[in-house]
Amino acid sequence: MAGVTLNSVNKVYDNGFHAIHDLDLDIQDEEFLVLVGPSGCGKSTALRMVAGLETITSGEMRIGDRVVNDVEPKDRDIAMVFQNYALYPHMSVYDNIGFALKLAKVPKDEIDERVRKAAGILELTSNLDRKPGQLSGGQRQRVAMGRAIVRQPSAFLMDEPLSNLDAKLRVQMRAEIAGLQRQLAVTTLYVTHDQIEAMTMGDRVAVLKDGYLQQVDTPQNLYDRPVNLFVAAFIGSPSMNLCEAQLNGSELRFGSRSVALPDSLFAARPALRGFDGRKVIMGFRPEDLEDAAISGDQDPAHRFSAQVSLVEALGSELMVHFDLDAAPVDSGDPDAVEVIGEHATGVGRFSPRSRVRPGENVEVALDVANMHFFDPDSRLAVWG
Amino acid sequence: MGDLISAIITVVVAIGGLLALLGGLYWLTSKLPKKWQEGARSWVFLLPTMVALIVGLLIPTIRTIYLSLLDDNGKSFVGLSNFKVIFTTRGTRLTVFNSIVWVALGTTVTVIIGLVVARFADGMRGEKSAKSAIFIPGAISLVGAGIIWKFVYDGPPFEVGMLNSITKSIPGLPASMGGNGDRIWLLERGFAGADPPGSAPGFNTFLLIVIFIWASAGFATVIFSAAIKGVPDELIEAARVDGATDRQAFYKVTLPYIRSTIVTVATIVTIGGLKAFDIVAATTGGRFGTSTIANEFYVTKFVQGRGGLGSALAVLIFVLVIPVVFMNRQAQKRAEEMMGA
Amino acid sequence: MSMVDPTLAPAATEAKTPKRKRPLSTGQATSRSLTSRPGRIIVYCLMFLWTVPTFGILVSSFRPEIDVKTSGWWKWFTDPSITLTNYRRVLSSAPGDDNMAKFFMNSLIITIPAVVLSVGIAMLAAYAFSWMNFKGRDWLFVGVVALLMVPLQMSLIPMLQLFSGGAHIGSVTIFPDLNLVGTYVGVWIAHVAFGLPICIFILKNFVSALPKELIESARIDGAGHVTTFVRLVMPLSVPAIASLGIFQFMWIWNDYLIALIFAGRDKAPVTMKLAQVAGERGNAWHLLTASGMVSMILPIAVFFALQRYFVRGLLAGAVKG
Repeated sequence: MAGVTLNSVNKVYDNGFHAIHDLDLDIQDEEFLVLVGPSGCGKSTALRMVAGLETITSGEMRIGDRVVNDVEPKDRDIAMVFQNYALYPHMSVYDNIGFALKLAKVPKDEIDERVRKAAGILELTSNLDRKPGQLSGGQRQRVAMGRAIVRQPSAFLMDEPLSNLDAKLRVQMRAEIAGLQRQLAVTTLYVTHDQIEAMTMGDRVAVLKDGYLQQVDTPQNLYDRPVNLFVAAFIGSPSMNLCEAQLNGSELRFGSRSVALPDSLFAARPALRGFDGRKVIMGFRPEDLEDAAISGDQDPAHRFSAQVSLVEALGSELMVHFDLDAAPVDSGDPDAVEVIGEHATGVGRFSPRSRVRPGENVEVALDVANMHFFDPDSRLAVWG
Repeated sequence: MGDLISAIITVVVAIGGLLALLGGLYWLTSKLPKKWQEGARSWVFLLPTMVALIVGLLIPTIRTIYLSLLDDNGKSFVGLSNFKVIFTTRGTRLTVFNSIVWVALGTTVTVIIGLVVARFADGMRGEKSAKSAIFIPGAISLVGAGIIWKFVYDGPPFEVGMLNSITKSIPGLPASMGGNGDRIWLLERGFAGADPPGSAPGFNTFLLIVIFIWASAGFATVIFSAAIKGVPDELIEAARVDGATDRQAFYKVTLPYIRSTIVTVATIVTIGGLKAFDIVAATTGGRFGTSTIANEFYVTKFVQGRGGLGSALAVLIFVLVIPVVFMNRQAQKRAEEMMGA
Repeated sequence: MSMVDPTLAPAATEAKTPKRKRPLSTGQATSRSLTSRPGRIIVYCLMFLWTVPTFGILVSSFRPEIDVKTSGWWKWFTDPSITLTNYRRVLSSAPGDDNMAKFFMNSLIITIPAVVLSVGIAMLAAYAFSWMNFKGRDWLFVGVVALLMVPLQMSLIPMLQLFSGGAHIGSVTIFPDLNLVGTYVGVWIAHVAFGLPICIFILKNFVSALPKELIESARIDGAGHVTTFVRLVMPLSVPAIASLGIFQFMWIWNDYLIALIFAGRDKAPVTMKLAQVAGERGNAWHLLTASGMVSMILPIAVFFALQRYFVRGLLAGAVKG
């Protein structure tokens, strides 16, 4: 068992593309660390560097106490689960799982014992003689896992292993993999573009964008105290509402609307005072909004009105989309589907008791204590 | 010039006539009751194909089988005696053996060379030129290939053949192996003082098979190369992470993965070997014990005018092709089963 | 239209070769094994072995007769002298000369119409087998594929009889005596008949893989079979037609056996003339090499210019064969 450490690791491809910039990452022994980011952020490259499938341009990579920069993949004592599982199509499940052991010249009866044990853990015992082509997606995923765990490596590397499964199976496998990792207590680096996977599975989550590490923290901290605009918008679904605002004393004006900020908010974010009379980017999560008609917060200073453009009823809640006349903000997520228009839009997660309809004006109550603020120039969160 | 013009006129008239005929027939189908229209139109589309295949392949095939059971004048029925002649006459028996060696040796070596080049050239600097170099002979006619190698094998009176000059430059090589460089290689059934028995393939047959391999290896290389590139990267990476060396990854992952392609290429090359005529005809004409079934077929029918025996030789090629195709089907099926399909 | 593109990418012609998946567009992964040194040496040796014989012919064809006859072609490097006389001789139509120019032309006259006809007719059949409904369609297609097995030699004798004497049962003429032997028409027909099974097989693979929605939407828009075929299927099949066309071109250009039996001396293509010259002037290497080059130059040029399509045609043909 061992941790994995990356020290100012860089990756520059032959064509000059700089994929990873000075990446520092310290994965503790037995930790489940998720590397998340939008497509093209370099997360897979980082993982493949740990695996030894990509060369390291500069920096230092350690697995345990050993510097592995120039160590062949097979000698790194790692196991990898690939996005498409990379099961050998011509080998049975048994041979797929046992292939690495066979190459390592492990005695036959020991291979048999270990393969059967792994198959038992993954409930594959009845499928050992089948070929991958005869298995369902979920079973293939399990075989890929089996191939990893049978080796008892010092680290698991997983490259979007769930992206080829349908939504329901993905939720199930998410829990299974996380449970298995805890049971086996093997250091794991897990790459995904899905922030829900990241939040639900990881002990800690590292957010990567354009080859730069943005933030590493526990899922809850990442959600509650994102360090910058990108992380704030990337983590959470629907994502955080963002717009430009003007701070005048305790009045926060965004477009033609405004709310009053309480002193307690400034006390928690002393640096915010420095933006008095200046532009600031405000952010508020959908669940911090509620239909004022049914909200417990009766303070009119924490309300604003907005025109509802769309209501999505999910049963347990209503997703209420509305328009704001404030200037929009681009979070920098290349995968974001929304088109940045002339005006900002917002989403509120209302109680299903709300009776709002599209086209109506609605009074929205905002939980101001949970608001986020960002410096419009540096795009960093204002806490301090 | 007159030839060219009349050819162009013929082509234009032929194509125009064909299109007009098909167009007219298609228009006629609209007069038919609705439920017959689709069927009738299909047959209009298929008309030229059907005529060509029935007249050009189907009926002739049946007729050749029939002719193979008649005597050389096509007059009286002789049963299988033409086939008996093939296997009992020394000359024709040798051609059958020659053809078998062509197929066995030619196919094996072609496949191996194709795999070697496809594997080692993959990702190599100059991969494209390497593959082009191997492929060029495949773009040349087999007659041309025969001429090129006849030049290599050439012997006295002129000392211009490359093979002779190579053997001559090897010190201590006995004269029977070209040590004094005055051999006419394509005449030599024996090698190194050993003569093969009358109905066994001679050394010159092996020299002809070299030409066949030279001409076919490019095809094998191109196909194998595409197949190897089609092996998903992840699979090779997984093998590397699993601890496989490059060699092991090739033998245990890549080769099994492209198995069905190997079978296909081997089948095509085998059939090519069975039909081998051009190379033999352009180099030795089948003399000096180098004839193959396909060459013997031509000589028997079109030079000697023996219709029955010639037809029997054609049928023999066909009969040998069938099990090859059948084995290919079986091997493909096994390869598919292996992949769990 | 977005759904069209993935299927359109030469679906059938590259059926055997799924595209390689790269983790990053920029990626040049280390994952592909870099070729080992012994492997590279083997490849270089084979490259050398595979090019040298052709190179010898090329060099010799430019050497003076006396040089060709007295020294090996490799001596040219130490004693370089170049002449075009050999080419002038083989191309000239003077009595006693080989007049390769004429036979080169014959090859073109034989090859181009034969390619157009076989691909065109096969295209019609491929459409019928893919997108028309008639009884026994699948069986008929299996029959066509089965004909792939039949070696050329099986039909030569009866076809020659048919071409030279027609077909008669008693006094009833089923097929008139057209005397097609020694005419271009006879050679064209032979090439079309023998080439059709493989052409249909390849084109059917491609045409039937075109998106069904496209054909159906054309039908809903009121297009009949002719319109669908001409306006939709033909243009969409251009990649396959191009690949197959080049493949057929090489095949027919390089043919010897069919020409030998159906063309006759006067309408012979270059391959046949070359073989004949080799038989008659066995030792006139200065002329033989030049004639050889004349017969090879076009296929080699086609190969280099249109390599990509040609290889695609090969790959399609190798799916079955």
